[in-house]
Amino acid sequence: MGTIKKGTTRERNEFIWGWAFIFPTMLGLIVLNIIPIFQTIYQSFFKTGDFGRGNIFIGMENYIKMFGDAEVWQAVLNTFKYAIVEVPFSIAIALVLAVLLNRKMMGVSAYRTIFFLPMVAAPAAIAMVWRWLFNSEFGLLNHIFGTSINWISDPAIAVFAIAVIGIWSIIGYNMVLFLAGLQEIPRDYYEAASIDGATGINQFFNITVPLLSPTIFFVTITRVIGGLQVFDLIFMVMDKNNPALYKTQSIVYLFYQNSFVENNKGYGSTIVVLLIAIIMVVTVFQMIAQKKWVYYN
Amino acid sequence: MEQRAKMMQALIHAILILVSITMLVPFLWMILTAFKSMGEATSVSPFVIFPSVWRTENFTTVINNLDFVNLYINTLLLIAGRVIAAVLTATLAGYAFARLQFRGRDFMFSLILFQMMVPGQIFIIPQYLMVSKMGMLNTIFALIFPGLVTAFGTFLLRQAYMGLPRDLEEAARLDGCNIGQTFLFIMAPLTRSSMVALGIFTAVFAYKDLMWPLICNRDVMPLSAALAKMQGQYSNNYPQLMAASLLACIPMIVLYLVFQKQFIEGIATSGGKL
Repeated sequence: MGTIKKGTTRERNEFIWGWAFIFPTMLGLIVLNIIPIFQTIYQSFFKTGDFGRGNIFIGMENYIKMFGDAEVWQAVLNTFKYAIVEVPFSIAIALVLAVLLNRKMMGVSAYRTIFFLPMVAAPAAIAMVWRWLFNSEFGLLNHIFGTSINWISDPAIAVFAIAVIGIWSIIGYNMVLFLAGLQEIPRDYYEAASIDGATGINQFFNITVPLLSPTIFFVTITRVIGGLQVFDLIFMVMDKNNPALYKTQSIVYLFYQNSFVENNKGYGSTIVVLLIAIIMVVTVFQMIAQKKWVYYN
Repeated sequence: MEQRAKMMQALIHAILILVSITMLVPFLWMILTAFKSMGEATSVSPFVIFPSVWRTENFTTVINNLDFVNLYINTLLLIAGRVIAAVLTATLAGYAFARLQFRGRDFMFSLILFQMMVPGQIFIIPQYLMVSKMGMLNTIFALIFPGLVTAFGTFLLRQAYMGLPRDLEEAARLDGCNIGQTFLFIMAPLTRSSMVALGIFTAVFAYKDLMWPLICNRDVMPLSAALAKMQGQYSNNYPQLMAASLLACIPMIVLYLVFQKQFIEGIATSGGKL
């Protein structure tokens, strides 16, 4: 009898304390995140007047408009172009750097500190200095290479120039994640391979990449999601009157523009729904594809 | 063999030094340009690398024009507000999700996971409308608002608590501690490193956040949004833009250089969300 009673008071205690502990987080989460998800979806069926006043229900009209909106599809294409350059390069370079740093050697921590540096700089500042480096008349890059390329105003290459900034910014972060993953590969594997006469490059492809594949997969998933949400760099690098703007503006840039500059929050919401649909499809596709290349032991 | 190993070592250093230069050049160029006159910065032949005189006018001009003191204060308040709120709420909730059994827990935790999977842009319009309805646009509160709670941080702290041995709690309970005391005196102090990681992660991302401050505030700006606004106004005065960028970057870079290990571990172990 006594034990049952004790059990129930303890249960009741845990119930009260548990809810008290999660209450602030859950209240905030529901108000700030969960309800807004539904509000945004709801909003996408409305045409918005200024400051959210004069919401007019228009059914699927925003969606119909979006599917016929060349600017939106161009933005989708731009976003994919950005991600297709940024993600593989930032991952491949970071992986090589991580492997090079994963040894007892002088200067390892200094290199790591330097590579990680862009992670703690404001993206607005990074974008400005790169804009200056890319400047076609006075920029350092054209001076060094002896070229006169319009890096960020030529519609054909501007999005790739911005992807270079993205790669430069994120390499150190990816590298640190890979370094953490590399620590878990037992040294014995490499020793055994060396005895068998495998070269460094052989070891990289036959030991490192397969054993690190869960980390590579995780980094890829998060980087693709991050790349598809690119905004800061494009917003900061591209002026309103830049002739390459149309060929560089991303999905999130259009969302910002429609929601907060043109104040059409209904259409902005519709663009967010599109973004989420795209991210979901791409992520699910990667989840399926991982079975072909990710090894879990 | 010895010879080959040495060659290998030299080659590795060569690659790493080359990459280091690539990583540092933009920062160095930012510094050099910030000290140049407009004429030096835009001189093509000869191309000027080092300023002839290390001028500080660009700094004094932007400090006065942009009211940098205020920008630092706003950024500090934004960071402090978000870090305190996030660490506090996530520590409490993380413990409950990891160690207490109660009805509704698993459903609530599934909401946490759900939030982490949804791209953040979907929250922004409703959050803006909320702040607007409260009449709080253009305040420090508006800057902090979306970061009051953190699903991700809750998840991180839950992981930390799950890694602690059960015996500790049992012992505390046998000694007569209630759940609150067990949490406060025994368990919470043991997750200090995760709290620090979450704090650093929150601070860096609050500092880097650009879109939200641009949306919610016109005048009460943190550094990031002020830089964006400045670029619109003085779009081609690069020495001044670089001086402002440098001033905006320095505090975080100094903190990073002092607390490197905590920064790298904090951001990397926090992983995932960007």
